[in-house]
Amino acid sequence: MNSLANTRMQVRLQLRRTGFELDVDLDLAGHGVTAVFGPSGSGKTSLLRAIAGLEPGAKGHVAIQDEIWQDDAQGLFVPVHRRALGYVFQDANLFPHLSVAQNMAFGLKRVAPQQRRAALDQIVALLGIGHLLQRQPDTLSGGERQRAAIARALATSPRILLLDEPLAALDAARKAQVMPYLEKLHSELDLPVLYVSHALDEVARLADHLVLLEAGRVSASGPASELLTRLDLPLAHGDTAAAVLSVRVLSHDPDDHLTRTGFAGGTLIVPQQAASIGQTLRIRVQARDVSLTLQKQSGTSILNILSVTVTALSPDSPGQLMVALDAGGCPLLTRITARSARLLGLAPGLALYAQIKGVAILG
Amino acid sequence: MPDLYWSAVTLTLKLASLTTLLLLLLGTPVAWWLARTRGWFKSTVGAMVALPLVLPPSVIGFYLLVTMGPGGPIGRMTEALGLGLLPFTFAGLLLGSMIYSLPFVVQPLQNAFETIGERPLEAAATLRASPLDTFFSVVLPLARPGYLSAAVMGFAHTVGEFGVVLMIGGNIPGRTRVLSVQIYDHVEALEYTQAHWLAAGMLLFSFAVLLALYTLIPTGRRRSGPAP
Repeated sequence: MNSLANTRMQVRLQLRRTGFELDVDLDLAGHGVTAVFGPSGSGKTSLLRAIAGLEPGAKGHVAIQDEIWQDDAQGLFVPVHRRALGYVFQDANLFPHLSVAQNMAFGLKRVAPQQRRAALDQIVALLGIGHLLQRQPDTLSGGERQRAAIARALATSPRILLLDEPLAALDAARKAQVMPYLEKLHSELDLPVLYVSHALDEVARLADHLVLLEAGRVSASGPASELLTRLDLPLAHGDTAAAVLSVRVLSHDPDDHLTRTGFAGGTLIVPQQAASIGQTLRIRVQARDVSLTLQKQSGTSILNILSVTVTALSPDSPGQLMVALDAGGCPLLTRITARSARLLGLAPGLALYAQIKGVAILG
Repeated sequence: MPDLYWSAVTLTLKLASLTTLLLLLLGTPVAWWLARTRGWFKSTVGAMVALPLVLPPSVIGFYLLVTMGPGGPIGRMTEALGLGLLPFTFAGLLLGSMIYSLPFVVQPLQNAFETIGERPLEAAATLRASPLDTFFSVVLPLARPGYLSAAVMGFAHTVGEFGVVLMIGGNIPGRTRVLSVQIYDHVEALEYTQAHWLAAGMLLFSFAVLLALYTLIPTGRRRSGPAP
């Protein structure tokens, strides 16, 4: 469980309630987005609240970098209002009696001037809420409220941002409106983020690291790209199974509206992107969009063919196998029929070609 | 006669204003505690606060008279403090009014605090506000409708009190003779015209107060955002 590089946050917490027990021991990365993923009732929100100090019943040890927030062995508990954290609640939880600007000012003016690092105009621009500042929360849409809540949390210059399913209360269209802001947050702010979610697509888009929670216990934690494709975990099974790759933009082909990108496993041609050469893109390759051939095909409509090695096989739905592949050190998944696997003679170590029918650009 | 009128009116207004002010101050911590405590103790205190709603005013007045009298515990305390005895004084009326109107102030405040709930307090804590800071910067503004109705109800209820006043205040012109007692006196003396003037004034006043209350605090306002 200590596989994360640069571990900067220690969380060891127990919380007992009737019919539920949370018991976790985690070393979390001090940078990037760490997603806490699990089904409803697995204790994700309780864990986040306990880290913030909002669950008085939680016992254990919480430290961020050199700062100890809770250590019951020493009888130490820093009250929530003295912890340098930003917390975004599932339903925004803006103060209804204050405008958006006043909501932001609420936290800001309670932070000592020498500890203010966040530039307010930058936060407002980042979340695109400049036109909403004078509005009252009850006049905002769900997505706007959520953006205002994130801005309010950032205005306190937190050392960590805790997000409790910020998109869960939104419909698909609003989700799609807020997602780009979360991605910008990820790429433009140097701030560790703990992101609770039960939606795999959000995790695939945002997470660098992943903590899987099941019935109050951590079933796995580590780099997201690795955990998403580990066949012993539920994420790498079913229709939604997908690998996430970071690729670099190599060139554009405006005539065909395509962009050529590269990563350690080869090159991938994707629909044309408004990204500059050298920029990194995050793409998702779904298991159902990948097929296997023993020889490299010519005369096919498929543009993306990668040389890969089989690393593991695991039964998926009846008659289907999930196959983990390695492309230059990067994991990929494909779901094929058990019969195809038998005909191809698939076994760990076999080298062959993966044909990728389509990819999704995540940001 | 106008003199008698005016002394009764001013005395009533003074009594009601002071009662309301003191009850808002003292009722706030009680209501806050009631709104945020669970368990049997809460029910006990809640029931005690609500008692004046169901007790006949003469019962409250009677026990107040006994406890504030020369042999009663409050009476001995006030005498030891050199304050003398409270019955038939303005201070005694004030104490009686506060007990009589207590639920009318505490209950709206308690409702307001319960409606606010835990969530704004948690948001405030994550934004670096201490509990006391949160009370003044978040709870009080959000509870404003509750304070308005507590003030109006407490004031109006005190203006209308009769039984308690008669028991512990007696009927001393200029000192303890409030409007409701004055009306009673007029009726006793068969001075119906004078009684009408005062009674109609009270009626109009009470209606105006309630009208203001229902206009200023529309039901179902506040609470934005979807439920969690």
